Amino acid sequence: MSDTTATLDPATIRANEEVTRKPLVLNQRTMGWISNYVSSIVEAKTPLWWYIAMGVTVPMMLMCFGCLAYLISTGVGVWGNNHPVAWAWDITNFVFWIGIGHAGTLISAILFLTRQKWRTSINRAAEAMTLFAVVCAGIYPALHVGRVWMAWFLAPVPNNMAIWPNFRSPLLWDVFAVSTYFTVSVLFWYTGLIPDLATLRDRCTTKLKKFFYGIAALGWRGGNRQWRHYEMAYLVLAGLSTPLVLSVHSVVSFDFATSVVPGWHTTIFPPYFVAGAIFGGFAMVLTLMIPAAWIWPALKDLITPGHVDKMCKIILLTGSIVGYAYLMELFIAWYGANPYERAAFWYRATGVGAREFYWPMMFCNVIVPQLFWFRWCRYNWIAVWILVQFPNAGMWYERFVIIGTTLQHDFLPSAWQLFHPTWVDICTFIGTFGLFMTLFLLFIRFLPMICMFEVKAVLPEADPHYGEGGDREALPELPSGSEEY
Amino acid sequence: MANFFPKWTNWLPLKLVICLGTVGGALLAGVWYYFTPKYTRVGYQPDQPVPFSHKIHVEQLGMDCRYCHSFVEVASHSNVPTTQTCITCHGSGKVQSDNPKLTAVVNSWESGNPVQWNRIHQVPDYAYFNHAVHVNRGVSCYSCHGDVSAMEVVYQHEPQSMAWCLECHRAPENHLRPPEEVFNMKWKPVASVSQQDIGKAFRKEWDVNPPTTCGGCHR
Repeated sequence: MSDTTATLDPATIRANEEVTRKPLVLNQRTMGWISNYVSSIVEAKTPLWWYIAMGVTVPMMLMCFGCLAYLISTGVGVWGNNHPVAWAWDITNFVFWIGIGHAGTLISAILFLTRQKWRTSINRAAEAMTLFAVVCAGIYPALHVGRVWMAWFLAPVPNNMAIWPNFRSPLLWDVFAVSTYFTVSVLFWYTGLIPDLATLRDRCTTKLKKFFYGIAALGWRGGNRQWRHYEMAYLVLAGLSTPLVLSVHSVVSFDFATSVVPGWHTTIFPPYFVAGAIFGGFAMVLTLMIPAAWIWPALKDLITPGHVDKMCKIILLTGSIVGYAYLMELFIAWYGANPYERAAFWYRATGVGAREFYWPMMFCNVIVPQLFWFRWCRYNWIAVWILVQFPNAGMWYERFVIIGTTLQHDFLPSAWQLFHPTWVDICTFIGTFGLFMTLFLLFIRFLPMICMFEVKAVLPEADPHYGEGGDREALPELPSGSEEY
Repeated sequence: MANFFPKWTNWLPLKLVICLGTVGGALLAGVWYYFTPKYTRVGYQPDQPVPFSHKIHVEQLGMDCRYCHSFVEVASHSNVPTTQTCITCHGSGKVQSDNPKLTAVVNSWESGNPVQWNRIHQVPDYAYFNHAVHVNRGVSCYSCHGDVSAMEVVYQHEPQSMAWCLECHRAPENHLRPPEEVFNMKWKPVASVSQQDIGKAFRKEWDVNPPTTCGGCHR
């Protein structure tokens, strides 16, 4: 190829460069380096910043647990929920967290089935984030039933009341959807961890660590048959998870869409919720991964600017879908000529809380992501990190607009009542961030946050025809001055 | 490859199974025993201040339920008789008036304080139950309380759980009987006609449609 480039015009050269796939691992890192570096994060002495971070997040988490204990011992009235806003911050925060939990499965399942190899370096952390977000989400529906010891009523088990839950209620589907999602996500995550846990086990220097990683690795020896079983199990789990990506948030949206409340009773909800969830989920993935790459700079060879670029593009796409949904809701409210629906949307856009919630939502979710059309915004990581905070906040605003402002202004003017969160509402919500971050900090401390064996598989050396020549491959020479592990 | 686990771990799985099985079993038994509501416990038979025998009063003497439980046909609550009711027969110089077993009744009559009977059947506060509507529509005392006429001391004969209520509310024909036989503890359908046929006929005739929705009882 190189002898022909001289004869080509610069535009063609540039076009050729563009169609050449950029390497997924930079700096010609080798298989050995990947194992050494990713394992070294877990094996190194605990850094000081980790203790400091835990010193912040653990008290927050305990504050959440304290608030929940207070709620259980006192009653659900310690929250600000009341007529007509019977669903308030509890369901807002539930939908917020469960939405964040969507990117993990999308990355791990759909991108796996569609052979998107760039998923390999981010799937582990994204799946972990999914699980921790679902843990935070699960708190709310379980506790908002009021008498949490009666929460088992939600499960269809034979009981001394001879009644079943209402199978026609989307609230019950929600229980199934979320619990299935959590179960499959845990299995998927753990299955993917097994070979890497075995790597950690084999590198352990103390007996105690070897014992625990040995149990966790479930006897993995890396034999041919084990790999065959593993690949099949992973494929099957990916197939099982793929419909879940779409179903979970569709079912969550049914909680609203199947009701007769104006502003909720719309068919656009399922796709709009799913797009919003992926939007918010990817924003949270970037929120966590970019600082990780700042803390361990060599991770930038695995989580490359190309990865961040792709995730920003997904945020741009899903953000645009969300923006379309917002505008279509407004259009249908006008075009549908249902006075109640029209009033509901008019109230959202102009009523109490419009300035505090509705227009910030529009700004964060529709306007700000459009900046990702600019290449600079996708490649400057500081800009990316700042910009993705807007979807993070905007998706919370969206859920509060849907739940809070809609319910406080329903059919009967005599029943209209604003919602105000109590200190328990606020502290519980802040505390769930503590819980989420504590779990994530534990994850990056004790488990490999990059899927080592999958990243190795996308190296050029993993290609059986590697070394037989070809214009796309680089020779495995270490760049001068690179760290040698 | 060296062993990952020391030798003592060979028996660890079995030990864990035994340990977790024991703890889990104890937990299950504990929850079963302590968390099962007392008022659904069949066979509950507390000691009463007076060992009142329904067997003597009903089976031997042929008294009617309504002589003592006098409001059962007209009120939601079926009353436990007052001391005055006992004294109509057991008053000074009358039947068994000097029997020491009746001390509590005599004391009650003299002091004016009621006899402290121990409650056996307890409908929860959040469930509405009306005795009158049941006995007036062919549901016998027997269906809910068993053959009280044969009990020396009353005990709980039926679980009276929600499932048990619904079992009849969903198919009342299994328990309906002619109104004149409601207070007859010994009634059985005559051999030629089945309970099902009798129940279905009465159900149709009286338009018995017991509620099975939440609001029927949890008002």
